[in-house]
Amino acid sequence: MGLLSDPNRRKALTGLLTRLNTPICIVCYLAGIVWFMGLAFEPFTLRTYMSENAMGSTMVEERFSSGERALSLAKEFDAHKRKAGGMPVEWLVKAMQSRGLEVFTQSFSRKLPFPDENKERYMVRGTNVYGILRAPRAPRTEALVITAPCSPGNTNNQAVALLLALAQYFRNQIYWAKDIIFLVNEHDLIGTQAWLEGYHHTNITEYISGSLRGRAGSIQAALSLELSSDVITSLDLVLEGLNGQLPNLDLANLFYAFCQKLGVLCTIQGKLQRNDWDTAEGYTHAAQTMMLMVLKQACGRSWGDHGLFLRYHIEAASVRGINSFRHYKTDATTIGRLLEGMVRKLNNLLERLHQSYFFYLLPSLSRFVSIGYYMPAFGLLAVILLLRALDLWVHLGAPALAAVDGVTEAEQPSSPGVLTVLTPVVISHLTGVALYLLPVHLQEMAVEHFPVSETEAVVLTAIAIYTAGLALPHNTQRLLSGEGTEQGWKVLKLTALLYLAVLLGCTALINFSLGFILAVTLVPITASITPALYAVVMVLLSPAFTILYCVFIYQELIEAPVSVSEGWMLFLSVISQGILDHALYGSLVYPLLALFIYPCWLMFWNILFWN
Amino acid sequence: MLILSSLLLFILTTHSEALTPAAARDEFQEELVIRPLHSGDIYASFQFRTLWDTDFLQEGQKVSHYRLFPKSLGQVLSKFSVRELHISFTQGFWRTMQWGQPFIPSPPGAELWVWFHDTVSDVDGNWKELTNVLSGIFCASLNFIDLTNTVQPSASFKPLGLGNATDHRFLRYATLPREIVCTENLTPWKKLLPCGSKAGLAVLMKSEKLFHSSFHSQAVHIRPICQDEQCSSKAWELRQTLNVVFDLHTSGQGKKEWSLFKMFSRTLTEACPLASSSKVYVDITDNPELFELSPATPLLGQAVVLGDRRTYSVYDLSRAETFGQLRSFNLLLRDMLRPLLHAERYVAGFGLQTGEIHTVIYNNHPYRAFPVLLMDSVPWYLQLYIHTLTVTSKSRDNKPSYIHYQPAKDRHRPHLLEMLIQLPPHSMTEVTVQFERALLKWTEYTPDPNHGFYVGSSVVSALVPSMVAMRTNFTQDQPLFSSFVPVKEESSYFVRVYTEPLLVNLPTPDFSMPYNVICLTCTVVAVGYGSFYNLLTRTFQVDEPSPPLSKRLANLIRRMRGVPLLT
Repeated sequence: MGLLSDPNRRKALTGLLTRLNTPICIVCYLAGIVWFMGLAFEPFTLRTYMSENAMGSTMVEERFSSGERALSLAKEFDAHKRKAGGMPVEWLVKAMQSRGLEVFTQSFSRKLPFPDENKERYMVRGTNVYGILRAPRAPRTEALVITAPCSPGNTNNQAVALLLALAQYFRNQIYWAKDIIFLVNEHDLIGTQAWLEGYHHTNITEYISGSLRGRAGSIQAALSLELSSDVITSLDLVLEGLNGQLPNLDLANLFYAFCQKLGVLCTIQGKLQRNDWDTAEGYTHAAQTMMLMVLKQACGRSWGDHGLFLRYHIEAASVRGINSFRHYKTDATTIGRLLEGMVRKLNNLLERLHQSYFFYLLPSLSRFVSIGYYMPAFGLLAVILLLRALDLWVHLGAPALAAVDGVTEAEQPSSPGVLTVLTPVVISHLTGVALYLLPVHLQEMAVEHFPVSETEAVVLTAIAIYTAGLALPHNTQRLLSGEGTEQGWKVLKLTALLYLAVLLGCTALINFSLGFILAVTLVPITASITPALYAVVMVLLSPAFTILYCVFIYQELIEAPVSVSEGWMLFLSVISQGILDHALYGSLVYPLLALFIYPCWLMFWNILFWN
Repeated sequence: MLILSSLLLFILTTHSEALTPAAARDEFQEELVIRPLHSGDIYASFQFRTLWDTDFLQEGQKVSHYRLFPKSLGQVLSKFSVRELHISFTQGFWRTMQWGQPFIPSPPGAELWVWFHDTVSDVDGNWKELTNVLSGIFCASLNFIDLTNTVQPSASFKPLGLGNATDHRFLRYATLPREIVCTENLTPWKKLLPCGSKAGLAVLMKSEKLFHSSFHSQAVHIRPICQDEQCSSKAWELRQTLNVVFDLHTSGQGKKEWSLFKMFSRTLTEACPLASSSKVYVDITDNPELFELSPATPLLGQAVVLGDRRTYSVYDLSRAETFGQLRSFNLLLRDMLRPLLHAERYVAGFGLQTGEIHTVIYNNHPYRAFPVLLMDSVPWYLQLYIHTLTVTSKSRDNKPSYIHYQPAKDRHRPHLLEMLIQLPPHSMTEVTVQFERALLKWTEYTPDPNHGFYVGSSVVSALVPSMVAMRTNFTQDQPLFSSFVPVKEESSYFVRVYTEPLLVNLPTPDFSMPYNVICLTCTVVAVGYGSFYNLLTRTFQVDEPSPPLSKRLANLIRRMRGVPLLT
């Protein structure tokens, strides 16, 4: 710091930084991208290891053997589900009771803000059934949850049946130290959310749900099971939860350890692990897996029933059975054993899972990138904003220094009034508020006047407001001061740069992927913006287009490429899902984009039309 | 002469067959009740009672000759001037909704409550010493009881024995919800019995089976009681109880059959020779014609217990013909009778800053309202916002008629909240209070593998309206399990219900890397913040180097001459 407190050397340093600003920024940007892509390269990553002692060294012997019975139970369940035309509540209650569980039900209802066209639902009314296996000689202070969604059609029957078979087997064991809750939830995430809110007696998302009668203390961990066929070829682990939260890495390690032990093929993001990291294909594979994780995490939605548990500090993951055309098959007994082993090890826990990482990326199940490794990638991008801000600061200060020499007439343009900066800031944010509030609230009016459905109305209103925002505010300063000055836009840019740096920094701390993706697209354009830039470039790197690119990249990565029109439809549904996720589960991505990122981007948009 | 008369009365009121004159001053009874529960589990409750017509607290008289009464406890009683002592160790939670009411309730973990004699001057000192001594006697961590988890309830814990002490300054109550009960606690408990585990019912107490169960609770209750109906003199009663619930589901493979051997892996061979009575009761109230007991017993007994009239098959072990083995016992389940009073508790909310404790009390009586006393003792690290206390029944505000609240002092004393609440008939009453989690000092956290912080059970005590008339007269021939709590009126009976303990997470720093954290934060604060503060608050100026001496001299001369100075 002696460097900075010496005015001469400080001057030299700032001189260097301003002179070499653009090259440094370019180098930083490239270094950030390269660093990020390098994270998927195996020699740069760490091998996963079990940190929790209680789960690592203890031996567990799996003895579950009623996989066949589970499959016949699945057929029975299917028949009852068809007969009931939905969740066979009575049958499930009886089935759980006969297995010696304490059974409770919870009914809930929720009116969606607008119809969900992907899942075809609007007024949702359902029942959750859960049975509690009371651990002998335990005082009801801790619990584990195993959940299986009761889905429409003939999906997930095997999961519910396996859940019941496991309940029966677990009931006859005496080693349980924690109560085990077996939950069958209706309407997937909505049911889970209603149950969790009922269990914790909170109401954050306006559900109307009956109160819960049976509880089992604080929940330590949860596993969600999705299984739709009698035999499977591989098990997929889903970790990404609401708002990009991830469960403790030990949960993933546990799953991986048991897959290894029982010889089950396991995947993450649907991708198997490869051993040829030194070949180009091997690296691409790992990079794709990691990119998928980043994209999924960035969108902030819950990718399985487990994702909603994370808010309550319950470590949770979904295990999804996949049946592809592979030769190697795994039967229900083995899956049952895998779950048995995992639950038993979780049962051994002496404390909440906290030993391992909460912030990580997985290029494969056996390799992980911890926060210490991936944060520099983001830091390199974020430092560009600060460098540009410093550059602007120095430039803005330079004429003022010149004024000391006696040139007094330069005083007029050097102070471009708070109002010139404040007006665009306020107008941008008001547009943001409109984007956040109006789509849902104006849907009825839109449906009246235009021949569209409610969902389309919401999405199209959002897009309309977004586009209108581009047209609205960009000549306010001319009304105020007549002519836009050089000084004026520089001050505005300085403010906007610092604002963006803070926004992205905070976002990346909570949800690295979202922060990084936004930084990749927003940083170059915002760093280089002048009134002379083409508006098209600016639009192409706006937040909305970022979402569009992500949709295409995601489709490409899951090997289901789409045409432009399909991509556009997907884009529309992503927007509606984002708004729904916010209303139903409290996902924060939509408000973040609407209330902060978009207004911030609009401030830069203002600069384009300054003169 | 007084001694002789009390001796005579004692002989008259007991039903012991062969008492030698030397043993007349004390008496030992043992009893086992087996009750099949509605859930299909088996509840076995042992009670051992030692009565002794002596007074430990009498001035100037030192009791030194012990026969049946355990000397270790007797000495403790006289040394610390204990009037009444109740201690229980419980592993598991009594499931009231499935199992109904237990004969003697107890919360999970350890519970200790003691009434001291009103001559004691330093109650806290005695209490501290007593807990340490008891922790030695029972091999338990009772030494963790200190002032931070001890309370003095004003209304919930009245003396159960003789004497009408109401000054709660002499009462101390503490629970240790995380106390784990195991064989090491059972062994010293068994040693207090006159026959040990060598003969009598205690033969059945094989720890590997007792701890292979759904619920295990052992307790010691000591209190002074009347020797006779006139209550002319005092006797000391020691009750040792052990309650076990066996899970037939895990062991029986679905069959509703049991035998003593299956439950305890032992059979009874003889009564304890020191016992004046030794009985086994089997509850056959539910569908008696479908029971098949082998060997059958000609004796049937009736007892009114917890507001219900129940029928029992009685096996008297002091008779030679009873010996055999109880086995093959089939029963049909009848619909669950809901317990009239039931309570549960949970923590609501998420995050590590605030939360809300919900206590839900159910009155399942179809038409009678009755009052209950709710007692909550919450550790100081949950800072209760007492202004948020609400009591609602049937979604209407229910104003407690009595509230006793003693706020916590950080690191010194827990919160104590006692309320008298009227429960409307057939209702659910919810008591909620919000709290904030305190930040502990770093040495106050428990060592690393910890589940969290426990909050002991809250206690609901009530006089519940009875379905059948209770017997109020005090006679000796009623079985032990129905005579623990004195019944004062016919129409109601006393019940105490414990809720589950709570497990709360407090904001915990990551102790696994304190070094990194301390180094990093200190460095960032010291270097980063310090120098930026410096840069922002100071103004810097270029310091002109001072001119050499020759130049200064020249300037001096120039000034005197009045010509421009050199620069």
